Amino acid sequence: MKINDVILRTVVKGVVFIILTLGMYLFFAGHNAPGGGFIGGLVLASAVVLLYLAYDIETIQKTMPFDFKKVAAVGVLLATGTALGSVLFDVPFLSHTDGYFDLPLLGETHLTTVTIFEAGVALTVVGVVVTIILSINEEGGE
Amino acid sequence: MIIKLAVLLPFLMAALIPLVHKHIKREHIGWFVLAVPIVLFIIISSFIPKIADGNTYIHTLEWIPSLGINFTTYLDGLSMIFGLLITGVGSLVILYSNFYLSAKELLHHFYCYLLLFMGAMLGVVFSDNVLVLYTFWELTSVSSFLLIAFWHHRKASRAGARKAMVITVSGGVAMLVGFLMLYAITGTFSIRELVAQVDTIQQHDLFIPALICILLGAFTKSAQFPFHIWLPDAMEAPTPVSAYLHSATMVKAGIYLVARMTPIFGGAETWFWTITVVGVITLFWGSFNAVRQNDLKALLAYSTISQLGLIMSLLGVGSIALAFEFDEAATPIFTLAGFTALFHLINHSTFKGALFMMVGIVDHEVGTRDLRRLGGLLPFMPLTFSIALIGSFAMAGLPPFNGFLSKEMFFTAMLSLQEANVFSIGSMATWIPVVAWLASVFTFVYCMIIIFKTFFGTYHPERLDKEAHEPPFGMLISPFILVALVVLIFFFPNVLVHYILTPAMASVYPTLPLQEITPYVSWWHGFNLELFMTLGVIVLGIILYKTKRYWSYVYTFIQPRNSFNALYEWVITTTEDGSQRLTNKYMNGYLVHYFTYIYIIFVGIIGGYFVLSGAFRFDPSNDATVETFELMVVCIVAIAAVALLFSKSRLTSVFLNGVIGYGVAFFFIVFRAPDLALTQLVVESVTTALFLVSFKYLPDIKPEIASAAQKWRNGIIAVSVGSLVTFIGLTIINYEKFEPISRYFEDSYELAGGKNIVNAILGDFRAFDTMLEVVVLFIAGLGVYTLIKLRNRKEASDVEDK
Repeated sequence: MKINDVILRTVVKGVVFIILTLGMYLFFAGHNAPGGGFIGGLVLASAVVLLYLAYDIETIQKTMPFDFKKVAAVGVLLATGTALGSVLFDVPFLSHTDGYFDLPLLGETHLTTVTIFEAGVALTVVGVVVTIILSINEEGGE
Repeated sequence: MIIKLAVLLPFLMAALIPLVHKHIKREHIGWFVLAVPIVLFIIISSFIPKIADGNTYIHTLEWIPSLGINFTTYLDGLSMIFGLLITGVGSLVILYSNFYLSAKELLHHFYCYLLLFMGAMLGVVFSDNVLVLYTFWELTSVSSFLLIAFWHHRKASRAGARKAMVITVSGGVAMLVGFLMLYAITGTFSIRELVAQVDTIQQHDLFIPALICILLGAFTKSAQFPFHIWLPDAMEAPTPVSAYLHSATMVKAGIYLVARMTPIFGGAETWFWTITVVGVITLFWGSFNAVRQNDLKALLAYSTISQLGLIMSLLGVGSIALAFEFDEAATPIFTLAGFTALFHLINHSTFKGALFMMVGIVDHEVGTRDLRRLGGLLPFMPLTFSIALIGSFAMAGLPPFNGFLSKEMFFTAMLSLQEANVFSIGSMATWIPVVAWLASVFTFVYCMIIIFKTFFGTYHPERLDKEAHEPPFGMLISPFILVALVVLIFFFPNVLVHYILTPAMASVYPTLPLQEITPYVSWWHGFNLELFMTLGVIVLGIILYKTKRYWSYVYTFIQPRNSFNALYEWVITTTEDGSQRLTNKYMNGYLVHYFTYIYIIFVGIIGGYFVLSGAFRFDPSNDATVETFELMVVCIVAIAAVALLFSKSRLTSVFLNGVIGYGVAFFFIVFRAPDLALTQLVVESVTTALFLVSFKYLPDIKPEIASAAQKWRNGIIAVSVGSLVTFIGLTIINYEKFEPISRYFEDSYELAGGKNIVNAILGDFRAFDTMLEVVVLFIAGLGVYTLIKLRNRKEASDVEDK
């Protein structure tokens, strides 16, 4: 597929960063405002997909050398691990806890274990979506 | 808490093995794994004195408290016996297999499965919650399946593994049904609470069905007649596995369950008859069939079946003690049977484990375990011979080995049936001891076969693969420890009684006074009937052994085509064919048909429910007014939907679908659901991208070829689904059948620390759902990945809808 897509590529270069930032923002905002792990992950995945549409598979793998299957696996482990982790503190499975901490630079920050759980969700979503789209495409590329 | 960690430790190690096996040498994995059961054995042993003092340890970890499912570990006398067996025999077996299995085998798989099994088995015996017990129970079946099929390139291994799996898992499901019935009666899943509600359970109509379902689980697992057929086939597993799973631990899970449930069901007539009769039949059938085997391992398999039947029948007789009020004279007569069951359970594990290891050694060093090729090994393998001698004599019930003690007590227990004046036993009180005695005669015969056919007679080096010689020292350690126990238990049985068996009796008979029901074990009772029965066994056994070739034609009466194996094969093939035929009928590859099934069922069930319950109620008085721009969006969505029907290319369809999606997202924004709107928009975008990438592989849309009748039918289905959804949407506002659940989520900030209620629900209130969804998503992703990669390899054709 040789199409002249200079405009697309140039736009994508700028837009991807905005999307990635938005994805991260949505992920962290999720606790008290619209957003969250699922939607953050989906936005991140869409950024990767956009990159893929504009460039090709090799470029993506050069810039982001992850195995997205492993990303998904890490996500699942994080989510189930958080759930199991609560058992070690002798509270019911999947109990969450939160608290306010004074961190340098950030000031008073609200930290919760839900965030870890949500990170697991986000990573799984990114991993699975990208894996599916890439594998469908790789197959046709041959 | 320590016990809980003990259950989890094998699982943790099993998970670690795949990570570390690349960094350590293969032959070292076994030594690394060996630490697990040894540590666990020491931990569990450290509880022995406290348990012997009558303490029990319970620790609860709330798992799903709202459903009453908690991971509660309970350490008492009964679980102590099993815990010690699992970890003790486990240590010996792993030590033994370090020498038995060659380093070329996939040892990391082997030990991973073995640890899985060990953890699952510990889970079974330490769980107080029956649902958790059930989960571990099925996990033992799964790990047993993996271990039997360890040499999966052999057809017999795979068939044996499947048979074991099918039979034990179906029994397990029946058991689950039984547990659910108990829950329906009492409202609790905890065994201790069930025991406390015995009276309610025994009065209930579901008592007998629950009893039968639970016994099905126990009988299939413990290879009781007629479910015993899986055990001989399971001998395809490596010998250490047979020694561990299929003689010492897993097959005893059924015994454990029956012993554990005795306080609940004991005293019921059905319980007594089923267990005793099935046990005695199994005892006889197993030993009768063991005599005709030519393969040493198959012989041991049938002998295990028979011994399991023996323990089972003892538990049956022992349950009589609960059928009447406590009586100082009468009760101990029957509790002796329960006591003997526990005693023989330990004895059997010691001598049968040693015998299996002995057969493994013979097989390993000589290259065969076929009795027709073996013989005269005594001069070459004297140490192995001594293991075989002690193990077999203990099994045959000869002094000075532990089997003698429990066999004598077994006869006493069976004879005690004549003193029972409940359940109208009648002439069965004579028949059961006679059959048990006959079974013991056959037991004696096959024990002689093990010793004499293997180690005496003429030595035929030309029939053997390898020159006979003693195994490496390491292989002898484990069986020697076991036979040492066989002898030690004979000389000091009352140490075992005091520390191990007495607390276990307290678990089986919690309501009876412990002092009265634990006997003093001695090896001389005077010249009584039991002693003469033993002497009779020896005399008749020797006669039968000597004259075997004159009477062995009786075995030809059982043709292979009339056996239970044939029945099993028939059931399997018929159900396979039947289900294939049924599936082919409706899974015909047409997406249209699948959607038709889904929608018809949807309309039927959901619509039917609303019509029958009269819940359709439309009350517009509370509704907000519809704005003009909302109507416009509705029109756009509707037009796009109708246009979709007439679109001629896929691109147009994708585009129109997008219009519908964005239209809906617009509504989410208008109605202040920013989370939903965001999700809908991004999903819509990603889906479109997915369409774009897979676009070029899809064939062109062909005009639908359908008769007018089909089109009408599809049209009716489509319209009815659409109108049903609309009606539900309109009705739901006034729906009052259930209480709204929104009040649970009102204090999301206080309960979950988050102001965004949607996320608080996803990540906290309903996090269990989210977690499982994440797992499902992951599995689906892997599924897509593998399907595509496989398709690549197989060169399938480009078809979307056949």
